[in-house]
Amino acid sequence: MTDPQTKATLNSWALAAPALALLVMASIGPLLIVLVYSFMTPGDYSGVERPFTTQAWQQVFLSRDIFDDTLSWADAHLTIFWRSVKLSVLTTAITFLLGLPTAWFIATRPPQRRAMWLFLITIPFWTNLLIRTIAINEIIRSEGLLNQVLGWFGAGPVNLLYTDTAVLIGMAYVYLPMMVLPMYAAIDRFDTRLLEAAYDLFASRWQVLRHVVLPVIRPGIVAGSILVFVPSLGAYVTPRVLGGGKNMMIGNFIELQFGQGQNWPLGAALAVLLLIAVALALAVYVRALAGAERNG
Amino acid sequence: MARSAFDAARLPGFAAIAIAVFVLLYLPIVTLVAYSFNGGESVAVWGGFSLDWYGRAWANETVKAAAVRSLVIAGSASAIATILATLAALGIVRNRRMKGRGAAYMAINQPLMVPEIVTAVALLIFFASIRQVTGYQGLGYLIAAHAAFCIPFSYLPISARLEGMDATLESAAADLYATPMQTFRHITLPLLMPGVAAGAMLAFVISLDDVVITEFVKSAGQDTLPTYMLGQMRRGVSPEVNAISTMLLAVTVVLLTAFFIINRQFNRRKS
Repeated sequence: MTDPQTKATLNSWALAAPALALLVMASIGPLLIVLVYSFMTPGDYSGVERPFTTQAWQQVFLSRDIFDDTLSWADAHLTIFWRSVKLSVLTTAITFLLGLPTAWFIATRPPQRRAMWLFLITIPFWTNLLIRTIAINEIIRSEGLLNQVLGWFGAGPVNLLYTDTAVLIGMAYVYLPMMVLPMYAAIDRFDTRLLEAAYDLFASRWQVLRHVVLPVIRPGIVAGSILVFVPSLGAYVTPRVLGGGKNMMIGNFIELQFGQGQNWPLGAALAVLLLIAVALALAVYVRALAGAERNG
Repeated sequence: MARSAFDAARLPGFAAIAIAVFVLLYLPIVTLVAYSFNGGESVAVWGGFSLDWYGRAWANETVKAAAVRSLVIAGSASAIATILATLAALGIVRNRRMKGRGAAYMAINQPLMVPEIVTAVALLIFFASIRQVTGYQGLGYLIAAHAAFCIPFSYLPISARLEGMDATLESAAADLYATPMQTFRHITLPLLMPGVAAGAMLAFVISLDDVVITEFVKSAGQDTLPTYMLGQMRRGVSPEVNAISTMLLAVTVVLLTAFFIINRQFNRRKS
């Protein structure tokens, strides 16, 4: 004898089971294998062997001198981590500075035209990220549109392609819609009478922005920042196409370990590290939202 | 918002920045599309309008095979993802008191939370060992991987549709002695169809566009259009890549526009 509630729960799980089974098989399960691999020894050509060891995790941060066996910081790795974090933070900042006015603009259009502006932001959002990155490549490369325009003014040429700046421009370009959409959603709910009240109390435009608008739309800002920061940190395509072989980010560095590097355990450890960083960012997001709800 | 001499919602410089952002957002894409119609050999100098590069892309057997492969994978993966997501939504959305509902929801959306590169290497490792054991080299790995990460995209519009649906119609059918199967077939499914169609379309677009997971999961000679283009980018941009990009863009825009029209008509009928 089962009560109806238990039966309903079982029925729900049974219906969800095929989807969950596929996800466990082709997404969640393999992540656990990565964790196991990060504690194994690299195989001769590729793959892994026993014994279990923490060697790969040491290699993430430290390098062992081949002559006297001393340990020192793995500078090359730290440079890549630093570049990943720096470029992701800058991408988030740039998309915020450009995205806030854009979201505000869309939200303050007359209702019948708002849908069109929103659609214009949505199209790039759904457009293939690789194609958008290739488009940026064409603009900034040495004979690209940017240098042609600079040439008309007698300036340039600037060689941006395969620099950190190129990766930054590319990431800001491809992730901008991710910042605009949640901020738009927050501004759309904004009560404009708050603005009138602030102006009545002799607030300046800047004070209104700083003390009224930004605090109220904070959940949208936090959501947008996470939606930009997380994929930036794990970016692979944009740094590969615009950064070339030298300006790697952590995503490209992980790939290297599974390709030419032939060090699967190190690659696995780096992947787990990236996953932890993303989980931390998401935890900050959840806490910030909870804080916003408490204050608001 | 009331129009007055003093518009409280206006913030100085915001409109100018917004317009500049829209221009910058479209300029690169428009340039890419324009240069795909370039008659000249170079990607830098305009040599008149021509469909030359489309002809060359079309004549390239590798490109043709990659295009077919992309469509086969996107078609199968979106079909699988949509069927599984529909079943899952029927189970999860309707039963508010389901035990472990939050966990099921998290599991469905898991692909959205993990960086693609991490999933990609995880699948590389996992499928490498399956390959070794079974010897199977086919497209099955790519289809399974794509179907998995498409599930949350199919689930989103289907569950949204299901939440807005009136459950009394199904009760009425049951009162009239319809079997659960008949109720599903003649009441629930037709009402759910716009969500299912939208879910399938989103999944198709997401699968068609995937680069990272495909790049790591594919065996030799299993390039899709995006991984083929990524490989070509090692040698810099070629007008052929522009032509392929433009064709992919066209497919995406057509599907998205269809998606918006379906959505809009449905919302209109509802109100």
